[in-house]
Amino acid sequence: MTKKNKETIAMKWSYSPALESKDHINLREKYDLFINGKWMKPSSGKYFKTFNPADESFLAEVAHADAKDVDKAVQAARDAYNNVWSKISPSERAKYIYRIARLMQERAREFAVIETLDAGKTIRESRDVDVPLACNHFFYYAGWADKLDYAFPNRKVSSLGVAGQIIPWNFPLLMAAWKIAPALAAGNTVVLKPAETTPLTALKLAEIIEESGLPAGVVNIVTGFGDTGAAIVNHPDTDKIAFTGSTNVGKMIQKSLAGTNKKITLELGGKSANIIFEDAPIDQAVEGIINGIFFNQGHVCCAGSRLFVQESIADVVIRKLKDRMRSLFVGNPLDKNTDIGAINSKEQLATILKYINIGKEEGAEIFQLACDIPDKGYYCPPTLFTNVAQSSVIAQEEIFGPVLTIQTFRTVDEVIQKANNSPFGLAAGVWTDKGSRIFNLTTKLKAGVIWANTYNKFDPSSPFGGYKESGFGREGGLHGLSAYVKLS
Amino acid sequence: MSRLEILKTYKIYIGGQFPRTESGRYYVPKNGQNEPLGNICLSSRKDVRNAVSAARKATGWAERTAFNRGQILYRIAEMLEGRKAQFIEELILQGSNKKTAEIEVNLAVDRVVYYAGWCDKYQQIMGAVNPVSSSHFNFSVPEPTGVVGIVCPENQSLVGLVSLVLPVICGGNTCVVIASESLPLCAVTFAEVLNTSDLPGGVINILTGAKKELISPLASHMDVNAIIYGDNDEEQWKTLGILAADNVKRVSRLSKDWTNPENQDLYQIAETLEIKTTWHPIENIGGASSGY
Amino acid sequence: MTSENSKIQSIIQNSPTIDKVGTEERVARFQTRSIKGDSKLMGLKMALSMIDLTTLEGKDTQGKVKQLCYKAEHLHDAIPGLPTVAAVCVYPSMVSIAKKALNHTQIKVASVATAFPGGQSPLAVKIADTKFAVDQGADEVDMVISRGKFMEGNYAYVFDEIAAIKEACGNVRLKVILETGELATLDDVRLASDLAIHAGADFIKTSTGKIQPAATMPVTLTMLMAIKDHYDKTGVMVGMKPAGGISTSKLALHYLVMVNEVLGEKWLSNEWFRFGASSLANDVLMQIAKTVNGSYQSADYFSID
Repeated sequence: MTKKNKETIAMKWSYSPALESKDHINLREKYDLFINGKWMKPSSGKYFKTFNPADESFLAEVAHADAKDVDKAVQAARDAYNNVWSKISPSERAKYIYRIARLMQERAREFAVIETLDAGKTIRESRDVDVPLACNHFFYYAGWADKLDYAFPNRKVSSLGVAGQIIPWNFPLLMAAWKIAPALAAGNTVVLKPAETTPLTALKLAEIIEESGLPAGVVNIVTGFGDTGAAIVNHPDTDKIAFTGSTNVGKMIQKSLAGTNKKITLELGGKSANIIFEDAPIDQAVEGIINGIFFNQGHVCCAGSRLFVQESIADVVIRKLKDRMRSLFVGNPLDKNTDIGAINSKEQLATILKYINIGKEEGAEIFQLACDIPDKGYYCPPTLFTNVAQSSVIAQEEIFGPVLTIQTFRTVDEVIQKANNSPFGLAAGVWTDKGSRIFNLTTKLKAGVIWANTYNKFDPSSPFGGYKESGFGREGGLHGLSAYVKLS
Repeated sequence: MSRLEILKTYKIYIGGQFPRTESGRYYVPKNGQNEPLGNICLSSRKDVRNAVSAARKATGWAERTAFNRGQILYRIAEMLEGRKAQFIEELILQGSNKKTAEIEVNLAVDRVVYYAGWCDKYQQIMGAVNPVSSSHFNFSVPEPTGVVGIVCPENQSLVGLVSLVLPVICGGNTCVVIASESLPLCAVTFAEVLNTSDLPGGVINILTGAKKELISPLASHMDVNAIIYGDNDEEQWKTLGILAADNVKRVSRLSKDWTNPENQDLYQIAETLEIKTTWHPIENIGGASSGY
Repeated sequence: MTSENSKIQSIIQNSPTIDKVGTEERVARFQTRSIKGDSKLMGLKMALSMIDLTTLEGKDTQGKVKQLCYKAEHLHDAIPGLPTVAAVCVYPSMVSIAKKALNHTQIKVASVATAFPGGQSPLAVKIADTKFAVDQGADEVDMVISRGKFMEGNYAYVFDEIAAIKEACGNVRLKVILETGELATLDDVRLASDLAIHAGADFIKTSTGKIQPAATMPVTLTMLMAIKDHYDKTGVMVGMKPAGGISTSKLALHYLVMVNEVLGEKWLSNEWFRFGASSLANDVLMQIAKTVNGSYQSADYFSID
């Protein structure tokens, strides 16, 4: 480099901490169960603690509901269904749901901060993705309440009754919205159980529901562990069970409901393929790979965890991927510049580390972002594995963390076959500039959501759900209504 | 001098072929008058396995054009119409009176025509373009879930089978059908109809035999994607539900009076469809351009 | 002088397709970066030091250029320790004036050339224009590409012209203006970037400032990726200059974030990154003043030149 004149010297420019304020949030020390419009103590008197996975600090005590409490909640939901909710006009129903949406919007920042504290996800995502999508979900379904007959031509639509709903810890508020909004719009009442590591935003939502004047018992929120969930599933007086979570628990639920005529929807695990062809818009594809696997620390059922790169561009893509990873910030989720936050729990971190070890033992080549990690809290640096075989455990099982496996392929047919060669079928990504190839793949990939030249996009109007062991039923959009209605 | 009648051998239908059960076993169901209906194959779990693998091989059915599937379904109706007399005779032998038998067969033919017509239409009603609030084109289309196991009702042995099977293949699935155990004749003859229509082998596979024996291997088969249960036995329904969970099969129970002309609809096709949603960026959509 | 056809073909083939929506999403992520405290002050000073203070008007006079040069050196003397801008950017006829005014400083004089801004002149005229600017003492030349030829698909012409101007520049650094507001798509922006880089550009630059839209973040990102790919392949650094439309410090910081995260700190100097702007400096100065004094500022206290 020849230089004639003096120039300023290039310098390292690091970003100062930009912490989102916690001052304006309002958390109680102790949360009871929200049953029949009231806060009720658990009958066992037991509470459990919820922590911030980013620094292991204590956040609040939360009631542990047992079968008795669940029974009260189901009873309240049944009474509310029989006496109130099934009787009010659909347009009034809509207005309640709209009101909930608005109240959530007004308190959006508070929700975002609490979600980040309780779940470990970055404030950037809880602020820009989780909370707005959750509000929008209520907005979207509110409008369906008085238009259901248009959704199912030639049939009379009616509600099911009481819906039992169990949600996971990866998108706590968003999943609550995905469950509650369509259920209410279709005229059902609800008993919802949030995950034990992330109960707080659902409880904040209960406060909003209380504030909204929604009739008592229409939405009941019971916190607890697996036993609480089992009590909901096994309660004889629910008409519908909706579950989002692991495939193993989903299978258990399906088994325990065998022989009943309860309607079920299951949104389970995935091991989704993200496929990059040589003619792809390569820099956007790299961004899509990053977003596909590192969004929400990889705690995403539809994470693009199996990357398939056409052999001719594999080296370039892997180099660009590593480069892009170097610009990711891992750390305090409350910092507005953090890209990768905390792993949700100690247990999940152990699971992820177990898989990383398996990957190493299987002989795959590992690349991990070298980054400073806070002393306290649960963190896992973004990780990729190259030289992975289709038969490797890390390429077959859902890791649910920021771990990507990379395989190469040569032809279209080969990659379709490999992508479909999985018990799961939730999502897939396809990156190519060739329109006809996109349509070929979108037809042949056995997955409920296909992101072509994009990844990990969600919208209330867009149905979401999988094939095969990724579960059944759809959430979102017109199709998401089916899960909460009966037709005659 | 009277002519010696040729008796029909009732075989099962797998992959477009009519094998006997690999087990070599048979059973002899009887009608109300205690008359034997014939020597019927008592299929085994291995027959289930063979049928499922034939159905999996035939999933190219989904890649045919919807119009072509409609043509083939209509062809089934034509073949069925041509064999009406035989079905009526079998239904009578199984215990129907002539009038009911005629009604059932006519209805079966009409139902095939009904679903033939849906082949290239349900997509338009069940699909959607979703107005997502980002710069993406987003559409949902219904697609077949894959291989479907079907357990037929014991009565209404022809129209029941037709009512359960046709919506499944109309949607592009392939299937393995367990026929009415007590009234199996029409199921086998229906297989012969299928074989003379243009339906590719393996799209519909029909087994006869003991439900108690066949439901378990079908419901637990890891390569079956969905089960339609059309019978009314609570024990079977529960067993099936438990086994189906091993690979998260879609399970639905459909027991209706299939002789009611009203009991046919789009939503029955939907039972074995998946909704697949595709996203793609759109350049230059209003409000979605860059921030500055 | 004509380039080998195969070289052009190879540039075209290796120029990747660009998805606009994905590019905009990436840009949106840069914009979520929150630059506070020390990093903000550092960023603002960096931005000041990277400005090519520009006046490119038909009504430019010697007086106007002299005033601009004074401003370039004395951005806001009320705050001590501020950097100067990187360069003053003028028409060729004003180069000697600017050169004289800035002789005692390290501020460079950049001159537009090659029948700026339209570029619709024969190559000989463009070469003469360039040589004139160089002879007058320009430290840097900002040329425009022939967008018409580009649109015709005559990429070889575009390439050869850049190479010819580069030769005319000698040791003077050449910035190649793509005028991205006239290129229809990001694919074209990328291809034009690749052609310019391969033809010898020291800098690639978005716009003349005479066409809307001028610089945008998606366009700049596309060009940065071209620079990065070239660097990864050859180890050769090329500079970047977004010009026009960047008038607020917040936006300037977002551009710097983008450079920082795409190209890295090596590019965080005015040797490799510039802002072509006339009104940006005062907004950055007001922000710096606010950061230093704590109160929001009025434009009345900052000189307009």
